[in-house]
Amino acid sequence: MALTEKDVERLSVLARISLTEEEKKAFARQMSSILDSAAVLDELSTDRIEPLIYVLSKYNVMRDDKVRPSLANDEALANAPLKEDAMFKVPRLI
Amino acid sequence: MNLYHLTVHKAAEMLNRREIKAQEVLEAVSRRIDLVENKIKAFITLTLDQAEKKAKELDDRHEFTGLGGIPYGVQDNLCTLGVTTTCASKMLEGFIPPYDATAVGRLKAAGAVMVGKLNMDEFGMGHFTETSCFHPTNNPWDLTRVAGGSSGGAAAAVAAGEVYYALASDTGGSLRQSAAYCGVVGMRPTYGRVSRYGLVAVASSMDQVGPVTRNVTDCALVLNLICGYDGLDSNSLEAEVPDYRGYLETNLKGMRIGFPREYFENYVDESVRDAVKKALLKYEELGAVVEETGLPHSKYALPVFRLLASAEASSNMARFDGVRYGYRDEEAQDIAEMMSNSRGRGFGPEVKRNILLGTYVLSKEQYDTYYLRAMKVRRLIKEDFDRAFEKYDLLVAPTTATVAFPRGERNEDLSDLLTIPASLAGIPAMSIPGGMVDGLPVGLQLMGPRLAEGTLLKAAYAFEQAADYHLRTPVLEV
Amino acid sequence: MTEKYEAVIGLEVHVELKTNTKAFCGCGLSFGALPNSHVCPGCLGMPGAIPVLNRELVEFAIKTGLALNCKIAEFCRFDRKNYFYPDLPANYQISQLDLPIASAGYLEIESEGVKKKIGINRVHMEEDAGKLVHQGSIMTTPYSLVDLNRAGTPLLEIVSEPDIRSPREASMYMEKLRSILLFLRVSDCKMEEGSLRCDANVSVRPRGQERLGTRTEIKNLNSFRSLERALEYEIKRHIELLEEGGELVQETRTWDEDRQVTLSMRSKEEAQDYRYFPDPNLPPVIIDPEWVERVRKTLPELPDQARERLMSEYNLSSYDANLLTMSKDVLDFFDACVAEYNEPKLIANWVMGELTRLLNQNNMEIKDCRVTPSSLAAMLKLMEQGTISGKIAKVVFEEMFNTGDAPEKIVKDRGLVQISDESAIKAIVDEVIAANPKVVEDFKAGKEKALGFLVGQVMKASKGKANPEIVNRLLREELSRP
Ligand SMILES: [Zn+2]
Repeated sequence: MALTEKDVERLSVLARISLTEEEKKAFARQMSSILDSAAVLDELSTDRIEPLIYVLSKYNVMRDDKVRPSLANDEALANAPLKEDAMFKVPRLI
Repeated sequence: MNLYHLTVHKAAEMLNRREIKAQEVLEAVSRRIDLVENKIKAFITLTLDQAEKKAKELDDRHEFTGLGGIPYGVQDNLCTLGVTTTCASKMLEGFIPPYDATAVGRLKAAGAVMVGKLNMDEFGMGHFTETSCFHPTNNPWDLTRVAGGSSGGAAAAVAAGEVYYALASDTGGSLRQSAAYCGVVGMRPTYGRVSRYGLVAVASSMDQVGPVTRNVTDCALVLNLICGYDGLDSNSLEAEVPDYRGYLETNLKGMRIGFPREYFENYVDESVRDAVKKALLKYEELGAVVEETGLPHSKYALPVFRLLASAEASSNMARFDGVRYGYRDEEAQDIAEMMSNSRGRGFGPEVKRNILLGTYVLSKEQYDTYYLRAMKVRRLIKEDFDRAFEKYDLLVAPTTATVAFPRGERNEDLSDLLTIPASLAGIPAMSIPGGMVDGLPVGLQLMGPRLAEGTLLKAAYAFEQAADYHLRTPVLEV
Repeated sequence: MTEKYEAVIGLEVHVELKTNTKAFCGCGLSFGALPNSHVCPGCLGMPGAIPVLNRELVEFAIKTGLALNCKIAEFCRFDRKNYFYPDLPANYQISQLDLPIASAGYLEIESEGVKKKIGINRVHMEEDAGKLVHQGSIMTTPYSLVDLNRAGTPLLEIVSEPDIRSPREASMYMEKLRSILLFLRVSDCKMEEGSLRCDANVSVRPRGQERLGTRTEIKNLNSFRSLERALEYEIKRHIELLEEGGELVQETRTWDEDRQVTLSMRSKEEAQDYRYFPDPNLPPVIIDPEWVERVRKTLPELPDQARERLMSEYNLSSYDANLLTMSKDVLDFFDACVAEYNEPKLIANWVMGELTRLLNQNNMEIKDCRVTPSSLAAMLKLMEQGTISGKIAKVVFEEMFNTGDAPEKIVKDRGLVQISDESAIKAIVDEVIAANPKVVEDFKAGKEKALGFLVGQVMKASKGKANPEIVNRLLREELSRP
């Protein structure tokens, strides 16, 4: 198996997703199987191939430095779970 | 006459000639929804009140051009100003965007009447609209079968006559696969042809918006409105948009069609292969030159897609953290715990697993092994298509390996296998009703070079007119 | 002890660019506006929004790269740096990883007459985060508030090579960099407001040793002073540890301004993994030679060139030239003033003396000041004509600074015209001599100093308006009479 429950736990900290023990177990198994199936890519020699990062051949897509209307404060905060003093309110950092 | 059953172009014509009113059209759709929605379960949100207001306004002004006055639905991952946009996730329950997706805004400006937001797999992750946090959607042809996914709500609603057409999205094949299972037309335009602005991103390098309609003409009409440059999407293409109706002709003389052998191997149901081969014969009858060809790297498409899509998704989905909108765990004592719990409880298992996979794929130690390599193989897959299109105007293949199967008998791997390559290559592809197997529709997939939407429409239209599959409708009335 | 060791320092500077709009959306930049009022779906990290690059950001970056003698990349792209923080709306920052817009440059500092090049490793474009507001201490507050007005503000990160060898050099590097950025007019460079930020990497090694010592990174350096102090502290800490045979830990430390110490920023999590990858939303930027040349042509005179000019054309000392070229606004003021009144040295003295003193006293910047180059020139002309004395000039100048009035008006309104009428001054001189027989005797007995007292008395009696030259001459004449 490519991934252990410990690996999944470490990833869940990086990705900020709390998991139950059952989820860790299941995900380790499922993700390992997906990664195993990706082993088929080993058949190909890709050393000299340029990665395809951009599907289109576009470049230098830029806009003028002109101000566009922003949202009003109440619109910006309309979906906020908690707010105070025109700001988003979150629990403490540490 | 049941108004809900009209095509878009027919209804538009009648509205224009004042033969019917927008309010009557809406009334018909509304009654149809009343009648069948509890069987199909295509919607997450209905907006019939707003729709009525809009229909009345349109009738009062009597300005019907294009799709004005015609009811449609929107997959719930396209942002709609003032209307909840949930992506079928608890994470976004109650989220009301302060803006319209560009494609939605264009239809709105053209007077189209939105009747609701359509069900999907949670954040587009899933295959059969079963990961929706609300409910699965059933296939109108057989309620015990899956409607496909992620765009199951869109395809089922169009097939069942609950909307005239729908706007949906396609990352790995979502709208084509769902259209195939539900026997309707679904087009994924060239990457960049329709603005992605306002489409909740899963895999930004593959996401596209496209129409789901009951026939090819309607598809052309919707494309006319939603295609085109948008300064809010950095990958939006500037190429001029033709009037796609101009491509709707039946003479295919001289058209070169290839059928890639990799799409006809044994994992594809024999009945589906037979149906598509019959369709190819039809193309020969219509004057096209049909030849076997190859897309040799097709078998790598699924792993490449999984690696790239999960990686991009892991980053795109990071914004759902409970800070500014969406679900928040109120109990958490600090910010890290709040974010982790909100995401742990707000996302379903499919989404969580995908994010974790993407996090792994992008991690420093794994990047070269997985992400970089997948991007390299993506180039090989794209180059397969480039070579094929040097010889052929378009490629024809099945959309899916099977017809819609009974809920529970699912085979995830097979469901998107044939749609993923076109997504990776960024080329236009569509699924049209291409045959029937045991009373269930078979999807015929057409793939063309970049910006060849017109060629696809032409080939699709010619087949549709010759075959009549688009006229068959599921029977839902008991 | 310090002779035995050598410090190796590299600086990472973040500078906020003063474009009209944010890096990837059309929101205007703001400082001190109502929280969350300069935001849109893009910079709020709402689902479905897509970044679109601001052309001006690229132009500013090329300009800065050229001014720092960098090579401008022909091809560069944007990458996502993934990490979770509540002031980072999308929980990734758009930045540049392995293909920055500019690299391999340098800037020159001058330390005790010796010029030294400090290498610039790279300049890259990225976006700023928002701000967290805490009620009270970050350690004890039960919650924080998030303001995203600043989120998406365009930044340049400028990374030096580890060529800096002392805290003094570090702050000279920063001063030079700041003046270059000010001359380019790409940033306000206010450290106290955070538009110019600096992190320092420092290590210490025995002189002569090639291999670098263990490095620590210092954050939260909000002024030139704290940069120097923190480096001094950290270098001393390293040396002491090495002397004791202790083991340095490679870590990030923060500068505690109140206690004047650096403190370890222990993070409870394991090492960060930013999972950089190319942002699929943003097509690459290709910069052809013509574009570079076009930008090069718009480069203004830079601090080094201006310094040369001041020294060769106006014969100013290198010290004066340095001070006048710290800021583009100061130099422009000086140049405009010289254009009206060709006395560069005198003007330099006034700009660096009285004007700077009053600006500092009032915590103002030269561009907000009411004295204009023309009004300073006019005042200096009044001095030259003898209408006012040097002493009165200071009074007039302060009045100009406070009111913005023309010097002529101030002189007239307050009756500050210098008295040069000899008979009027003679009368006062006679009075003063008569009133101070003791002092007069002292002077006659050879105490030169006594004259100064008498001059002072005359000036006082004339309310400072008597022409001091005439006062001196008349006093000497009178006192030399037998
Ligand atoms: Zn914005």
